[in-house]
Amino acid sequence: MTANDPSSTSLQLTADGQLRHFLTLDGLSRALLTEILDTADSFIEVGERSIKKVPLLRGRTVVNLFFESSTRTRSTFELAAKRLSADVLNLDINTSATSKGESLSDTLLNLEAMASDMFVVRHSQSGAPHFIAESVTPGVAIINAGDGRHAHPTQAMLDMLTIRQHKGEFEGLKVAIVGDVLHSRVARSQIRALNELGAAEVRIIAPATLLPRDVESLGCTVEYDMARGMKDLDVVIMLRLQKERMEGALLPSEREFYRLYGLSREKLALADPECIVMHPGPINRGVEIESAVADGPQSVILNQVTNGIAIRMAVMSMAMGGQMTERNRKLAGRAEG
Amino acid sequence: MTALLDMDRLLDDLEAGLRKKLEQRGVTDPALIGIRTGGVWLADAMSKRLGLNEPWGELDISFYRDDFSRIGLNPKVKPSSLPFSTEDRDIILIDDVIMSGRTIRAAMNEIFDYGRPASIILATLVDLGARELPVQPDVTGQVLALQPQQRVKLRGPDPLHIELQEAGK
Repeated sequence: MTANDPSSTSLQLTADGQLRHFLTLDGLSRALLTEILDTADSFIEVGERSIKKVPLLRGRTVVNLFFESSTRTRSTFELAAKRLSADVLNLDINTSATSKGESLSDTLLNLEAMASDMFVVRHSQSGAPHFIAESVTPGVAIINAGDGRHAHPTQAMLDMLTIRQHKGEFEGLKVAIVGDVLHSRVARSQIRALNELGAAEVRIIAPATLLPRDVESLGCTVEYDMARGMKDLDVVIMLRLQKERMEGALLPSEREFYRLYGLSREKLALADPECIVMHPGPINRGVEIESAVADGPQSVILNQVTNGIAIRMAVMSMAMGGQMTERNRKLAGRAEG
Repeated sequence: MTALLDMDRLLDDLEAGLRKKLEQRGVTDPALIGIRTGGVWLADAMSKRLGLNEPWGELDISFYRDDFSRIGLNPKVKPSSLPFSTEDRDIILIDDVIMSGRTIRAAMNEIFDYGRPASIILATLVDLGARELPVQPDVTGQVLALQPQQRVKLRGPDPLHIELQEAGK
């Protein structure tokens, strides 16, 4: 299972190009990404109403299947499903107990027996959501909530929504992604989305030890010196330093990392004065980002959280809609035949 | 496609009907909501004619349609926008064409998610009959009987005119 597996396109789209799963941004056109952003815009308005709920997924069952814990992602998926009127089941599953392939298949069979309509999957292994999408009963939608180092497409799309809200359009934008790209599934999805949506430049700012070997082939430029890299930036996206994955001597120390790659007020002053500051959370204050920057006027970090609910409502309703129209078409075809 | 019906006269009739209905109900401060797209143009026109100072609201009923499980989500959904609270307000809900009544059911469900209105008056420019739900307009510009394959659509916004379409053409 690779990031550019062409089979993912046919797996996650119906014959007429609607979403039926949401696994990766690979193979999704600018038109479809824009449709997701536009739909999310309408869901933002729903979140501002007296009753923040629409009936689209009424009577559907959504299972949050988290093989790896993540409080924020899980709670925004849960809230998104509830605002679509779905019934939600949250399962946090520790994978270490039994053989992974077997336990995964068994878990899925059990959940399907409960007539689930959608699985939101977070897994430490790249490709797990693909595997589930390939093996699940037709009619059940799979949403990738982050898999291994591969992809985190809803996070990337909520970042795109946040950028569009503040900058209007992607053409001409210079965007930097700073920090631990090596361990980041978000960065891969962000680079893909920014390129497809037409950003002028995607710049990676990181030490060589935190870059994947193929980084430039992802469609970005690389800058090791942060002061140089901040020049003319419209958007700076900080990545979380994945402390729990920082095995081996990739970094001398956190303090050294902050000195070189932490976003301080001094470094931010080198960017365009209108530059916005983003971070997927949870933030390590004083490690990747200075508190005064995280809480400052250029920070849009909390907008990202609000937008996360709207983006998740958009992809969940679009994928469910795709599954249901496909099922109806098949039923109609059978009736005619 | 043929242009039909005298639009000025239709709008005159709709305005007169609304004034009469508002007077009957004793409503002095209505809030106007148009259903996208045709209903919004009509909301604009009626707001001016009735001399309402408050901006009208726009509803996109895509999230409330009853055929989501058949045809999925409308890819061109736009945010609804109600620049006022519907709580305890007298609402005029306006749309270009009423047929099955399903759009109006969806619109009323959506309105209630913004707050419980005091009342709703339903105004439609053209009533094509063929109702599938027990929903009737309070005010109508014109009742039209069409052939089964015929449809009408409001075009606009400038100038507003009604088009007759033959299905499949």
